[in-house]
Amino acid sequence: MVQMNSVKMVYDSSGTEALHGVDLDIHDGEFVFLVGPSGSGKTTIIKLLTGEVHASSGEITVNGFDMMRIKQRKLPFLRRTLGVIFQDFRLIDKMTVYDNVAFAMRVVGASNSEIRERVPYVLELVGLKGREKRYPRELSGGEQQRVAIARALVNSPRMIIADEPTGNLDPVRSLELMLLLEKINELGTTLLVVTHEKELVNAFSKRVVAIQDGKIISDGMDGYFSYEIE
Amino acid sequence: MKLSRLGYLIKSGFTGIFSHGLMSFATVTITMACLIIMGSFGLLVVNINEMIASLEEENEVVCFIDESLTEEEARAVEPLIEAVANVSGADFVTREEAMSDFQDDYDPALFESLDPSVFRHRYIIHLTDISLMESTKAALEDVDGVAKVNAHLDYAEAFVTVRNVVSIVSLALIVILLVVSLFIMNNTIKLATFTRREEIAIMRMVGASNGFIRCPFIIEGLVLGLIGSLLAFGIEWALYSLLINEVVGGVAAALISLLPFSAVMWPLLIAFTGIGVIVGVVGGSSAIRNYLKV
Ligand SMILES: Nc1ncnc2c1ncn2[C@@H]1O[C@H](COP(=O)(O)OP(=O)(O)O)[C@@H](O)[C@H]1O
Ligand SMILES: [Mg+2]
Repeated sequence: MVQMNSVKMVYDSSGTEALHGVDLDIHDGEFVFLVGPSGSGKTTIIKLLTGEVHASSGEITVNGFDMMRIKQRKLPFLRRTLGVIFQDFRLIDKMTVYDNVAFAMRVVGASNSEIRERVPYVLELVGLKGREKRYPRELSGGEQQRVAIARALVNSPRMIIADEPTGNLDPVRSLELMLLLEKINELGTTLLVVTHEKELVNAFSKRVVAIQDGKIISDGMDGYFSYEIE
Repeated sequence: MKLSRLGYLIKSGFTGIFSHGLMSFATVTITMACLIIMGSFGLLVVNINEMIASLEEENEVVCFIDESLTEEEARAVEPLIEAVANVSGADFVTREEAMSDFQDDYDPALFESLDPSVFRHRYIIHLTDISLMESTKAALEDVDGVAKVNAHLDYAEAFVTVRNVVSIVSLALIVILLVVSLFIMNNTIKLATFTRREEIAIMRMVGASNGFIRCPFIIEGLVLGLIGSLLAFGIEWALYSLLINEVVGGVAAALISLLPFSAVMWPLLIAFTGIGVIVGVVGGSSAIRNYLKV
């Protein structure tokens, strides 16, 4: 669950005001697209939710954590409630598919038996059964992104946040990937997907939040129509 | 901590060492060299101090009492002498005792006819600090009833000066070398964190605790520091034993006495491993700090 109230974000390094007064509520179990042109502040919103940057003012609550007052050493516990996926997959090249996913469990303290039970289940869920021993470079882009999804999913987060997950994929792979995310949402995980691919968004009837110049300009179920990329 | 986690941490600590072997080798070598230099100067200071301590015991100041005083009168001077600053003790020796000591040292036949009256009553003075010998000697000469004071001034002062200079130089060197070791260690572990920056980013993203992320790098620093210190200890041992053999066999034996290695072994081992561990842990944890800010 996410609650953002009047959130302003100024980057100290450049003085850029990336967000000026964002209000956004995401309830448990929802599937939300966050759309908007490049530089509009989408990634900034994600970084605020994961605690990578701190808002200049406003209120942010993520899965019960007060992001304006959270202590540095509590951040890992917040992050265990989130699964994050990026455009560039961010897999570890020298680890196999299996190890990439198991790694995420191991570093938060899962036991070997928990890992042996959970990793194959998640790999099967994302359609990578039989690919366990491959290395990332031996996989297609779509498959690599599925590994990233498996890794995000493996610690059973309450919410998955994806920043342009289909940015490096062709349209067919993009649709397949979005269908997978929809399936994961149907299994109970909240989903926030950032994208600027209009057709893809309109292929689903989901809630669409549109942002432009650091402000939310529309929020509803009527797809991507309500705003145009200039 | 679960066993699988512990295994992971230790394993990745060691993997780091081999994945950039040349830097690890350089770090161990430099840490070792720094420790050997530190240790050599440390041992030099310890040995000089030891020699000064034995000088302070052996090199007595002798205070001769005026011939006109009787034994009782001479004994009465004792509290006055003991009241002088820097005097830690005074032993009274009668002229008869002085004569028999003298005869023991030389051929008794030569002195058979000698009358004890040619000797004077005297005090053997022990000093707290031999570097203050000159002023103490002057103060003793001012005491009523004291005729003359014998002291080996230049010898004592030279030793103390050498000790002070060597101590200052050693301390400065030790501080500099400690900084050098920390710097090298910090850089090596920084390289380790750099080669594994993707893993670190993913660990942070999935919510690994800072302690968990830091651990392999601290283990790596610790292992490198310990290897360096144990090698340094072995080499220092060999060098010191070699030196002792040289001194014992050579002409220097008359002038210099060295402590046996067994007397300095434990302090040296503890100091080396202590410094090795501190350099490893401090260097390691400071290198990883930047990655854990957010
Ligand atoms: N680390 C940063 N430092 C300074 N300015 C930044 C930083 N990251 C993003 N910005 C600025 O903030 C604005 C929003 O960026 P971002 O959230 O990345 O947009 P989007 O993800 O929608 O493309 C842009 O003007 C960008 O230049
Ligand atoms: Mg972005």
